[in-house]
Amino acid sequence: MRFGALRILKEGLTGNRGWGPHWRDPEPKPAYDIVIIGGGGHGLATAFYLAREHGLTNVAVLEKGYIGGGNVGRNTTIVRANYFLPGNSEFYSHSLKLWERMESDLNYNVMHSQRGIINLFHSDGQRDAIVRRGNAMINQGDDAILLDREALRKKLPYLNFDSGRFPIHGGLYHPRGGTARHDAVAWGFARGASDRGVDIIQNCEVTGIDTEAGRVTGVQTTRGAIRARKVAIVTAGRSGQVASLAGLRLPIESHVLQAFVTEGLKPVIDNVVTFGMGHFYISQSDKGGLVFGGDLDFYPSYAQRGNLPTVEHVMEAGMTLMPMIGRARVLRSWGGIMDMTPDGSPIIDKAPVEGLYLDCGWCYGGFKAVPGSGFALAHLLATDRPHDSAAGFRLDRFETGRGLMDEEGKGAQHNLH
Amino acid sequence: MRLTCPHCGERDLREFTYGGAALTRPEGDWSPIWDEYVHLRENPAGRSREFWQHGAGCSAWLVVERDTVTHDIHAVTEAGA
Ligand SMILES: Cc1cc2nc3c(=O)[nH]c(=O)nc-3n(C[C@H](O)[C@H](O)[C@H](O)COP(=O)(O)OP(=O)(O)OC[C@H]3O[C@@H](n4cnc5c(N)ncnc54)[C@H](O)[C@@H]3O)c2cc1C
Ligand SMILES: [Zn+2]
Repeated sequence: MRFGALRILKEGLTGNRGWGPHWRDPEPKPAYDIVIIGGGGHGLATAFYLAREHGLTNVAVLEKGYIGGGNVGRNTTIVRANYFLPGNSEFYSHSLKLWERMESDLNYNVMHSQRGIINLFHSDGQRDAIVRRGNAMINQGDDAILLDREALRKKLPYLNFDSGRFPIHGGLYHPRGGTARHDAVAWGFARGASDRGVDIIQNCEVTGIDTEAGRVTGVQTTRGAIRARKVAIVTAGRSGQVASLAGLRLPIESHVLQAFVTEGLKPVIDNVVTFGMGHFYISQSDKGGLVFGGDLDFYPSYAQRGNLPTVEHVMEAGMTLMPMIGRARVLRSWGGIMDMTPDGSPIIDKAPVEGLYLDCGWCYGGFKAVPGSGFALAHLLATDRPHDSAAGFRLDRFETGRGLMDEEGKGAQHNLH
Repeated sequence: MRLTCPHCGERDLREFTYGGAALTRPEGDWSPIWDEYVHLRENPAGRSREFWQHGAGCSAWLVVERDTVTHDIHAVTEAGA
Protein backbone atom coordinates (compact mmCIF):
# COMPACT_ATOMS: atom_id res chain seq x y z
CA MET A 1 0.00 0.00 0.00
CA ARG A 2 1.42 3.36 -1.06
CA PHE A 3 0.27 6.65 0.34
CA GLY A 4 -0.42 9.43 -2.13
CA ALA A 5 -2.69 12.41 -2.61
CA LEU A 6 -5.14 10.56 -4.89
CA ARG A 7 -5.43 7.62 -2.53
CA ILE A 8 -6.09 9.91 0.42
CA LEU A 9 -8.76 11.75 -1.57
CA LYS A 10 -10.43 8.48 -2.59
CA GLU A 11 -10.36 7.10 0.97
CA GLY A 12 -11.67 10.39 2.30
CA LEU A 13 -14.66 10.15 -0.02
CA THR A 14 -15.36 6.49 0.76
CA GLY A 15 -15.27 6.56 4.54
CA ASN A 16 -11.59 5.55 4.95
CA ARG A 17 -12.55 1.87 4.74
CA GLY A 18 -9.71 0.85 2.43
CA TRP A 19 -6.76 1.27 4.82
CA GLY A 20 -5.15 -1.88 6.19
CA PRO A 21 -2.62 -2.48 8.94
CA HIS A 22 0.69 -0.75 8.23
CA TRP A 23 2.88 -3.71 9.02
CA ARG A 24 2.55 -7.49 9.18
CA ASP A 25 2.06 -9.29 12.52
CA PRO A 26 4.00 -12.54 11.97
CA GLU A 27 4.70 -15.41 14.35
CA PRO A 28 8.40 -15.53 15.28
CA LYS A 29 10.47 -17.92 13.13
CA PRO A 30 12.85 -20.33 14.89
CA ALA A 31 15.93 -18.53 13.54
CA TYR A 32 17.07 -15.26 11.95
CA ASP A 33 20.36 -13.87 10.70
CA ILE A 34 19.92 -10.82 12.91
CA VAL A 35 17.70 -10.22 15.93
CA ILE A 36 17.17 -6.66 17.12
CA ILE A 37 16.00 -6.39 20.74
CA GLY A 38 13.78 -3.32 21.17
CA GLY A 39 11.19 -1.92 18.76
CA GLY A 40 11.73 1.77 19.51
CA GLY A 41 12.81 4.31 16.95
CA HIS A 42 16.40 3.08 16.89
CA GLY A 43 15.59 -0.64 16.56
CA LEU A 44 13.05 -0.05 13.79
CA ALA A 45 15.31 2.33 11.86
CA THR A 46 18.12 -0.23 12.12
CA ALA A 47 15.86 -2.89 10.61
CA PHE A 48 14.78 -0.55 7.82
CA TYR A 49 18.35 0.39 6.84
CA LEU A 50 19.54 -3.23 7.12
CA ALA A 51 16.96 -4.11 4.49
CA ARG A 52 17.31 -1.05 2.31
CA GLU A 53 21.06 -0.35 2.41
CA HIS A 54 22.39 -3.88 2.83
CA GLY A 55 19.67 -6.16 1.45
CA LEU A 56 19.51 -8.05 4.77
CA THR A 57 15.91 -9.05 5.43
CA ASN A 58 16.16 -12.26 7.46
CA VAL A 59 15.84 -9.98 10.46
CA ALA A 60 13.44 -9.74 13.42
CA VAL A 61 12.70 -6.82 15.72
CA LEU A 62 11.53 -8.12 19.11
CA GLU A 63 9.50 -5.64 21.16
CA LYS A 64 8.30 -6.47 24.66
CA GLY A 65 5.34 -4.07 24.47
CA TYR A 66 3.84 -2.38 21.43
CA ILE A 67 5.46 -0.28 18.70
CA GLY A 68 5.60 3.34 19.84
CA GLY A 69 5.14 2.56 23.56
CA GLY A 70 8.69 3.42 24.62
CA ASN A 71 10.57 6.69 24.52
CA VAL A 72 9.98 7.04 20.81
CA GLY A 73 6.39 7.89 21.73
CA ARG A 74 7.19 9.83 24.91
CA ASN A 75 9.64 12.48 23.78
CA THR A 76 9.18 16.14 22.94
CA THR A 77 10.19 15.53 19.30
CA ILE A 78 12.96 18.08 18.85
CA VAL A 79 15.17 17.36 15.85
CA ARG A 80 18.37 19.39 15.42
CA ALA A 81 22.03 19.37 14.44
CA ASN A 82 23.50 22.07 16.64
CA TYR A 83 26.23 20.13 18.42
CA PHE A 84 29.55 21.74 19.13
CA LEU A 85 32.34 19.17 19.28
CA PRO A 86 33.53 16.59 16.74
CA GLY A 87 32.31 13.07 17.44
CA ASN A 88 28.74 14.14 17.98
CA SER A 89 28.50 17.00 15.49
CA GLU A 90 29.15 14.95 12.34
CA PHE A 91 26.78 12.25 13.54
CA TYR A 92 23.85 14.60 14.15
CA SER A 93 24.62 16.45 10.94
CA HIS A 94 24.28 13.16 9.04
CA SER A 95 21.16 12.25 10.98
CA LEU A 96 19.48 15.56 10.10
CA LYS A 97 20.18 14.93 6.40
CA LEU A 98 18.45 11.55 6.75
CA TRP A 99 15.52 13.31 8.44
CA GLU A 100 15.22 15.65 5.49
CA ARG A 101 14.58 12.74 3.13
CA MET A 102 12.77 10.45 5.59
CA GLU A 103 9.25 11.15 4.37
CA SER A 104 10.08 10.30 0.76
CA ASP A 105 12.32 7.37 1.81
CA LEU A 106 9.46 5.91 3.85
CA ASN A 107 6.50 7.19 1.80
CA TYR A 108 5.09 8.23 5.18
CA ASN A 109 4.03 11.57 6.61
CA VAL A 110 6.02 12.00 9.83
CA MET A 111 5.08 15.69 10.00
CA HIS A 112 8.73 16.73 10.07
CA SER A 113 8.52 20.47 10.51
CA GLN A 114 11.73 22.51 10.15
CA ARG A 115 10.35 25.44 12.06
CA GLY A 116 13.72 26.46 13.48
CA ILE A 117 15.23 26.29 16.96
CA ILE A 118 16.33 29.33 18.90
CA ASN A 119 18.71 28.94 21.86
CA LEU A 120 18.57 32.11 23.93
CA PHE A 121 21.54 33.73 25.67
CA HIS A 122 21.48 36.03 28.65
CA SER A 123 25.03 37.25 29.32
CA ASP A 124 28.20 38.25 27.48
CA GLY A 125 29.83 34.94 28.37
CA GLN A 126 26.91 32.98 26.98
CA ARG A 127 27.00 35.11 23.85
CA ASP A 128 30.65 34.21 23.24
CA ALA A 129 29.93 30.52 23.75
CA ILE A 130 26.94 30.69 21.40
CA VAL A 131 28.95 32.46 18.69
CA ARG A 132 31.58 29.74 18.93
CA ARG A 133 28.95 27.02 18.74
CA GLY A 134 27.34 28.72 15.73
CA ASN A 135 30.69 28.85 13.94
CA ALA A 136 31.29 25.16 14.69
CA MET A 137 27.88 24.35 13.22
CA ILE A 138 28.59 26.36 10.07
CA ASN A 139 31.99 24.64 9.71
CA GLN A 140 30.20 21.31 10.01
CA GLY A 141 28.07 22.36 7.04
CA ASP A 142 24.89 23.08 8.98
CA ASP A 143 23.10 26.35 9.50
CA ALA A 144 23.32 28.88 12.34
CA ILE A 145 22.33 32.54 12.49
CA LEU A 146 23.10 34.88 15.39
CA LEU A 147 20.06 36.99 16.32
CA ASP A 148 20.55 40.16 18.30
CA ARG A 149 18.00 41.48 20.73
CA GLU A 150 16.10 43.54 18.18
CA ALA A 151 15.87 40.74 15.63
CA LEU A 152 14.73 38.41 18.39
CA ARG A 153 12.07 40.89 19.59
CA LYS A 154 10.54 40.79 16.13
CA LYS A 155 10.57 37.01 16.00
CA LEU A 156 9.56 36.15 19.56
CA PRO A 157 7.70 39.20 20.88
CA TYR A 158 6.18 37.22 23.74
CA LEU A 159 9.43 36.73 25.66
CA ASN A 160 10.12 38.63 28.88
CA PHE A 161 13.06 40.64 27.48
CA ASP A 162 13.41 43.00 30.40
CA SER A 163 13.59 40.53 33.25
CA GLY A 164 16.02 42.14 35.69
CA ARG A 165 17.56 38.84 36.64
CA PHE A 166 17.72 37.05 33.28
CA PRO A 167 17.75 39.73 30.55
CA ILE A 168 17.61 38.26 27.04
CA HIS A 169 20.51 39.46 24.88
CA GLY A 170 19.84 37.39 21.76
CA GLY A 171 19.65 33.88 20.39
CA LEU A 172 21.25 31.34 18.09
CA TYR A 173 18.82 30.46 15.32
CA HIS A 174 19.13 27.01 13.67
CA PRO A 175 16.51 27.18 10.88
CA ARG A 176 16.77 23.49 9.86
CA GLY A 177 15.96 22.36 13.39
CA GLY A 178 12.37 21.59 14.29
CA THR A 179 9.96 18.87 15.37
CA ALA A 180 8.22 15.74 14.02
CA ARG A 181 5.28 13.51 14.87
CA HIS A 182 7.08 10.98 17.05
CA ASP A 183 4.87 7.90 16.76
CA ALA A 184 4.60 8.39 13.00
CA VAL A 185 8.38 7.99 12.88
CA ALA A 186 8.08 4.61 14.62
CA TRP A 187 5.15 3.53 12.44
CA GLY A 188 6.86 4.68 9.24
CA PHE A 189 10.06 2.76 9.95
CA ALA A 190 8.07 -0.28 11.09
CA ARG A 191 6.10 -0.28 7.86
CA GLY A 192 9.19 0.32 5.72
CA ALA A 193 11.04 -2.56 7.38
CA SER A 194 8.05 -4.92 7.34
CA ASP A 195 7.36 -4.26 3.63
CA ARG A 196 10.94 -5.26 2.88
CA GLY A 197 10.59 -8.58 4.72
CA VAL A 198 11.65 -7.82 8.31
CA ASP A 199 9.49 -9.48 10.99
CA ILE A 200 8.25 -7.04 13.62
CA ILE A 201 7.17 -9.04 16.65
CA GLN A 202 5.33 -7.24 19.42
CA ASN A 203 4.53 -8.53 22.92
CA CYS A 204 7.77 -10.48 22.81
CA GLU A 205 10.10 -9.77 25.73
CA VAL A 206 13.67 -11.01 25.58
CA THR A 207 14.38 -12.83 28.84
CA GLY A 208 17.74 -14.40 28.07
CA ILE A 209 20.68 -14.08 25.69
CA ASP A 210 22.21 -17.43 24.71
CA THR A 211 25.95 -17.77 24.20
CA GLU A 212 28.21 -20.70 23.38
CA ALA A 213 31.97 -20.46 23.79
CA GLY A 214 31.81 -16.67 24.00
CA ARG A 215 29.57 -16.33 20.92
CA VAL A 216 25.94 -15.31 20.72
CA THR A 217 23.64 -18.05 19.44
CA GLY A 218 20.21 -16.58 20.05
CA VAL A 219 17.72 -15.25 22.59
CA GLN A 220 15.09 -16.60 24.96
CA THR A 221 11.77 -14.76 24.79
CA THR A 222 8.27 -14.87 26.22
CA ARG A 223 7.28 -16.34 22.84
CA GLY A 224 9.96 -19.04 22.81
CA ALA A 225 13.62 -19.39 21.89
CA ILE A 226 14.89 -17.71 18.73
CA ARG A 227 18.28 -18.48 17.24
CA ALA A 228 20.35 -15.73 15.65
CA ARG A 229 23.85 -15.19 14.30
CA LYS A 230 23.88 -11.60 15.47
CA VAL A 231 21.93 -9.88 18.24
CA ALA A 232 21.68 -6.11 18.77
CA ILE A 233 20.56 -4.58 22.09
CA VAL A 234 18.61 -1.42 21.25
CA THR A 235 16.53 -0.99 24.38
CA ALA A 236 17.17 2.63 25.47
CA GLY A 237 16.44 3.00 29.22
CA ARG A 238 16.42 -0.79 29.70
CA SER A 239 19.88 -1.29 28.16
CA GLY A 240 21.48 -2.13 31.51
CA GLN A 241 18.99 -4.90 32.28
CA VAL A 242 19.11 -6.44 28.83
CA ALA A 243 22.92 -6.33 28.67
CA SER A 244 23.05 -8.07 32.06
CA LEU A 245 21.33 -11.05 30.38
CA ALA A 246 24.65 -11.52 28.58
CA GLY A 247 26.63 -10.97 31.78
CA LEU A 248 27.66 -7.41 30.88
CA ARG A 249 27.67 -4.23 32.92
CA LEU A 250 27.38 -0.99 30.95
CA PRO A 251 28.55 2.55 31.68
CA ILE A 252 24.89 3.57 31.98
CA GLU A 253 22.57 4.79 34.69
CA SER A 254 18.82 5.05 33.93
CA HIS A 255 17.21 8.36 34.90
CA VAL A 256 13.73 9.82 34.49
CA LEU A 257 12.97 12.81 32.26
CA GLN A 258 9.56 14.50 32.41
CA ALA A 259 7.55 16.41 29.84
CA PHE A 260 4.31 18.42 29.85
CA VAL A 261 1.57 19.46 27.45
CA THR A 262 -1.13 22.10 27.78
CA GLU A 263 -4.64 22.30 26.33
CA GLY A 264 -4.75 23.12 22.61
CA LEU A 265 -4.32 26.82 21.81
CA LYS A 266 -4.28 28.88 18.63
CA PRO A 267 -0.81 29.16 17.03
CA VAL A 268 1.37 31.25 19.29
CA ILE A 269 4.85 29.67 19.45
CA ASP A 270 6.19 29.25 15.93
CA ASN A 271 9.62 27.77 16.69
CA VAL A 272 11.36 25.67 19.30
CA VAL A 273 12.72 27.98 22.01
CA THR A 274 15.19 27.11 24.77
CA PHE A 275 15.96 29.16 27.90
CA GLY A 276 19.64 29.73 28.64
CA MET A 277 19.33 30.33 32.38
CA GLY A 278 17.11 27.49 33.56
CA HIS A 279 15.98 24.12 32.35
CA PHE A 280 13.15 24.88 29.97
CA TYR A 281 12.36 24.37 26.29
CA ILE A 282 9.07 24.66 24.42
CA SER A 283 7.33 24.19 21.11
CA GLN A 284 3.71 24.01 19.98
CA SER A 285 2.29 20.84 18.49
CA ASP A 286 0.14 20.87 15.37
CA LYS A 287 -2.86 20.13 17.59
CA GLY A 288 -2.09 23.36 19.44
CA GLY A 289 -0.76 22.02 22.74
CA LEU A 290 2.29 23.70 24.18
CA VAL A 291 4.85 20.91 24.62
CA PHE A 292 7.60 21.66 27.10
CA GLY A 293 10.11 20.15 29.45
CA GLY A 294 13.32 20.68 31.32
CA ASP A 295 16.04 18.57 32.84
CA LEU A 296 16.23 15.15 34.46
CA ASP A 297 14.92 14.54 37.95
CA PHE A 298 18.56 13.61 38.75
CA TYR A 299 18.16 10.27 40.48
CA PRO A 300 17.97 6.80 38.91
CA SER A 301 14.45 5.67 38.13
CA TYR A 302 12.48 3.18 36.09
CA ALA A 303 9.13 4.58 37.19
CA GLN A 304 8.22 6.51 34.01
CA ARG A 305 7.05 9.31 36.26
CA GLY A 306 8.94 11.99 38.13
CA ASN A 307 8.54 14.08 41.24
CA LEU A 308 7.19 17.55 41.95
CA PRO A 309 10.44 19.53 42.48
CA THR A 310 11.30 19.12 38.80
CA VAL A 311 7.74 20.03 37.78
CA GLU A 312 8.06 23.17 39.84
CA HIS A 313 11.45 24.08 38.36
CA VAL A 314 10.21 23.68 34.80
CA MET A 315 7.06 25.75 35.45
CA GLU A 316 9.08 28.50 37.18
CA ALA A 317 11.58 28.67 34.33
CA GLY A 318 8.74 28.83 31.80
CA MET A 319 6.99 31.62 33.68
CA THR A 320 10.25 33.56 33.92
CA LEU A 321 10.88 33.31 30.21
CA MET A 322 7.37 33.80 28.80
CA PRO A 323 4.87 34.88 31.47
CA MET A 324 1.96 34.47 29.02
CA ILE A 325 2.02 30.69 29.40
CA GLY A 326 0.71 31.08 32.94
CA ARG A 327 -2.74 31.39 31.34
CA ALA A 328 -2.56 27.94 29.72
CA ARG A 329 -3.71 24.84 31.59
CA VAL A 330 -1.42 21.83 31.74
CA LEU A 331 -3.33 18.76 30.57
CA ARG A 332 -0.82 15.99 31.02
CA SER A 333 2.68 15.21 32.22
CA TRP A 334 4.66 12.02 31.92
CA GLY A 335 8.15 10.59 32.20
CA GLY A 336 10.47 8.39 30.20
CA ILE A 337 13.55 6.40 31.18
CA MET A 338 16.82 7.76 29.84
CA ASP A 339 19.99 5.70 29.35
CA MET A 340 22.56 8.20 30.66
CA THR A 341 26.26 7.63 29.97
CA PRO A 342 29.07 9.35 31.89
CA ASP A 343 29.88 11.70 28.99
CA GLY A 344 26.30 12.22 27.86
CA SER A 345 27.03 10.66 24.48
CA PRO A 346 25.88 7.41 22.89
CA ILE A 347 27.45 4.02 22.24
CA ILE A 348 27.16 2.17 18.90
CA ASP A 349 29.67 -0.63 19.07
CA LYS A 350 30.34 -4.34 19.29
CA ALA A 351 29.90 -5.75 22.78
CA PRO A 352 32.68 -7.85 24.35
CA VAL A 353 30.67 -10.96 23.38
CA GLU A 354 31.14 -12.14 19.77
CA GLY A 355 28.02 -11.45 17.69
CA LEU A 356 26.49 -9.07 20.23
CA TYR A 357 26.06 -5.36 19.38
CA LEU A 358 25.11 -2.33 21.46
CA ASP A 359 23.18 0.78 20.51
CA CYS A 360 22.48 2.72 23.70
CA GLY A 361 23.34 5.73 25.82
CA TRP A 362 21.07 8.13 23.90
CA CYS A 363 20.38 10.10 27.06
CA TYR A 364 17.68 12.72 26.51
CA GLY A 365 18.53 13.39 22.88
CA GLY A 366 17.94 10.19 21.00
CA PHE A 367 14.84 11.06 19.00
CA LYS A 368 16.71 13.23 16.52
CA ALA A 369 19.26 10.41 16.31
CA VAL A 370 16.72 7.80 15.13
CA PRO A 371 17.67 7.69 11.42
CA GLY A 372 21.39 8.35 12.01
CA SER A 373 21.63 5.63 14.64
CA GLY A 374 19.66 3.12 12.58
CA PHE A 375 21.87 3.84 9.58
CA ALA A 376 25.10 3.48 11.58
CA LEU A 377 24.07 0.35 13.50
CA ALA A 378 22.85 -1.31 10.28
CA HIS A 379 26.24 -0.56 8.76
CA LEU A 380 28.05 -2.04 11.77
CA LEU A 381 25.84 -5.16 11.80
CA ALA A 382 26.23 -5.72 8.06
CA THR A 383 29.94 -4.98 7.64
CA ASP A 384 31.40 -5.30 11.16
CA ARG A 385 32.97 -1.88 10.69
CA PRO A 386 31.67 1.34 12.27
CA HIS A 387 30.07 3.87 9.96
CA ASP A 388 32.16 7.05 9.61
CA SER A 389 29.46 9.21 11.15
CA ALA A 390 29.47 7.14 14.36
CA ALA A 391 33.10 6.05 14.61
CA GLY A 392 33.51 7.94 17.88
CA PHE A 393 30.69 6.13 19.72
CA ARG A 394 33.00 3.46 21.10
CA LEU A 395 32.32 1.46 24.22
CA ASP A 396 35.97 1.45 25.33
CA ARG A 397 36.31 5.24 25.45
CA PHE A 398 35.45 5.25 29.16
CA GLU A 399 37.99 2.62 30.10
CA THR A 400 40.83 4.11 28.04
CA GLY A 401 39.89 7.78 28.36
CA ARG A 402 40.60 8.17 24.65
CA GLY A 403 37.85 9.81 22.62
CA LEU A 404 35.59 10.80 25.48
CA MET A 405 32.99 13.19 24.18
CA ASP A 406 33.19 16.03 26.60
CA GLU A 407 30.30 18.31 25.58
CA GLU A 408 30.37 20.39 28.70
CA GLY A 409 34.03 20.34 29.65
CA LYS A 410 33.40 18.54 32.93
CA GLY A 411 35.08 15.18 32.44
CA ALA A 412 33.48 11.76 32.44
CA GLN A 413 31.55 10.75 35.51
CA HIS A 414 28.07 9.54 36.22
CA ASN A 415 25.52 11.94 37.57
CA LEU A 416 26.79 14.97 35.65
CA HIS A 417 23.91 15.23 33.21
CA MET B 1 9.44 11.04 47.24
CA ARG B 2 10.53 12.20 50.73
CA LEU B 3 13.66 11.15 52.59
CA THR B 4 14.03 10.70 56.33
CA CYS B 5 17.41 12.06 57.39
CA PRO B 6 18.70 10.26 60.54
CA HIS B 7 19.53 13.71 62.00
CA CYS B 8 16.73 15.94 60.75
CA GLY B 9 13.73 13.66 60.25
CA GLU B 10 11.44 13.43 57.22
CA ARG B 11 12.21 16.20 54.74
CA ASP B 12 11.28 17.43 51.27
CA LEU B 13 13.14 15.97 48.31
CA ARG B 14 14.34 19.48 47.33
CA GLU B 15 16.75 19.44 50.30
CA PHE B 16 18.68 16.42 49.01
CA THR B 17 21.04 15.77 46.12
CA TYR B 18 21.66 12.35 44.62
CA GLY B 19 25.35 11.49 44.77
CA GLY B 20 25.70 8.27 42.79
CA ALA B 21 25.60 4.54 43.46
CA ALA B 22 26.94 3.64 46.93
CA LEU B 23 30.12 1.88 45.82
CA THR B 24 33.34 1.30 47.73
CA ARG B 25 36.25 3.31 46.39
CA PRO B 26 39.10 1.05 45.25
CA GLU B 27 42.67 1.48 46.50
CA GLY B 28 45.93 1.88 44.65
CA ASP B 29 46.92 2.85 41.12
CA TRP B 30 44.80 2.51 38.04
CA SER B 31 43.50 -0.96 37.30
CA PRO B 32 40.33 -2.19 35.60
CA ILE B 33 38.69 -2.01 39.02
CA TRP B 34 38.84 1.78 38.74
CA ASP B 35 37.04 1.70 35.40
CA GLU B 36 34.33 -0.40 37.01
CA TYR B 37 34.10 1.97 39.97
CA VAL B 38 33.93 5.14 37.89
CA HIS B 39 31.88 3.95 34.92
CA LEU B 40 30.17 0.55 35.11
CA ARG B 41 26.86 0.28 36.92
CA GLU B 42 24.48 -2.42 38.09
CA ASN B 43 21.77 0.12 37.34
CA PRO B 44 19.19 -2.02 39.15
CA ALA B 45 15.46 -1.89 38.40
CA GLY B 46 14.33 -2.42 41.98
CA ARG B 47 16.28 -2.07 45.22
CA SER B 48 19.29 0.20 44.94
CA ARG B 49 21.92 1.55 47.40
CA GLU B 50 22.74 5.16 46.75
CA PHE B 51 24.55 8.14 48.21
CA TRP B 52 22.49 11.26 48.82
CA GLN B 53 23.56 14.46 50.55
CA HIS B 54 21.26 16.46 52.81
CA GLY B 55 22.67 19.71 51.42
CA ALA B 56 19.88 22.04 52.50
CA GLY B 57 19.80 20.47 55.98
CA CYS B 58 22.60 19.04 58.09
CA SER B 59 24.93 18.48 55.05
CA ALA B 60 25.45 14.83 56.02
CA TRP B 61 26.15 12.23 53.35
CA LEU B 62 23.62 9.44 53.56
CA VAL B 63 23.25 5.92 52.23
CA VAL B 64 19.70 5.47 50.97
CA GLU B 65 18.11 2.16 50.10
CA ARG B 66 15.51 3.00 47.52
CA ASP B 67 13.39 1.16 44.98
CA THR B 68 14.00 2.64 41.53
CA VAL B 69 10.71 1.25 40.18
CA THR B 70 8.32 2.34 42.93
CA HIS B 71 10.39 5.18 44.49
CA ASP B 72 9.78 3.58 47.94
CA ILE B 73 12.48 4.44 50.50
CA HIS B 74 13.50 1.43 52.60
CA ALA B 75 16.31 2.75 54.77
CA VAL B 76 18.42 5.87 55.28
CA THR B 77 21.63 5.74 57.30
CA GLU B 78 24.61 8.01 57.65
CA ALA B 79 27.40 7.18 55.20
CA GLY B 80 30.59 6.01 56.86
CA ALA B 81 28.73 5.30 60.11
C1 LIG C 1 10.20 13.28 28.14
C2 LIG C 1 11.22 13.02 27.07
C3 LIG C 1 11.56 14.01 26.17
C4 LIG C 1 12.49 13.78 25.16
N1 LIG C 1 12.73 14.76 24.24
C5 LIG C 1 13.56 14.54 23.21
C6 LIG C 1 13.70 15.53 22.19
O1 LIG C 1 13.04 16.58 22.22
N2 LIG C 1 14.58 15.28 21.18
C7 LIG C 1 15.31 14.14 21.13
O2 LIG C 1 16.10 14.00 20.21
N3 LIG C 1 15.17 13.16 22.07
C8 LIG C 1 14.31 13.33 23.10
N4 LIG C 1 14.13 12.35 24.06
C9 LIG C 1 14.96 11.13 23.99
C10 LIG C 1 14.44 10.06 23.04
O3 LIG C 1 13.07 9.89 23.21
C11 LIG C 1 15.18 8.73 23.30
O4 LIG C 1 16.57 8.94 23.39
C12 LIG C 1 14.93 7.72 22.19
O5 LIG C 1 13.57 7.64 21.86
C13 LIG C 1 15.45 6.36 22.64
O6 LIG C 1 15.50 5.43 21.59
P1 LIG C 1 14.27 4.49 21.15
O7 LIG C 1 13.27 5.31 20.39
O8 LIG C 1 14.82 3.35 20.42
O9 LIG C 1 13.69 4.07 22.57
P2 LIG C 1 12.37 3.31 22.99
O10 LIG C 1 11.19 3.77 22.19
O11 LIG C 1 12.28 3.40 24.46
O12 LIG C 1 12.69 1.83 22.52
C14 LIG C 1 13.27 0.82 23.31
C15 LIG C 1 12.33 -0.35 23.28
O13 LIG C 1 12.96 -1.49 23.84
C16 LIG C 1 11.93 -2.27 24.40
N5 LIG C 1 12.51 -3.25 25.33
C17 LIG C 1 13.10 -3.02 26.53
N6 LIG C 1 13.48 -4.18 27.10
C18 LIG C 1 13.14 -5.16 26.23
C19 LIG C 1 13.26 -6.59 26.26
N7 LIG C 1 13.83 -7.23 27.30
N8 LIG C 1 12.79 -7.29 25.20
C20 LIG C 1 12.20 -6.67 24.15
N9 LIG C 1 12.06 -5.32 24.07
C21 LIG C 1 12.52 -4.58 25.11
C22 LIG C 1 11.04 -1.25 25.09
O14 LIG C 1 9.74 -1.77 25.34
C23 LIG C 1 11.05 -0.11 24.07
O15 LIG C 1 9.94 -0.12 23.21
C24 LIG C 1 13.18 12.54 25.08
C25 LIG C 1 12.83 11.53 25.97
C26 LIG C 1 11.86 11.74 26.96
C27 LIG C 1 11.48 10.64 27.89
ZN1 LIG D 1 19.91 16.06 57.74
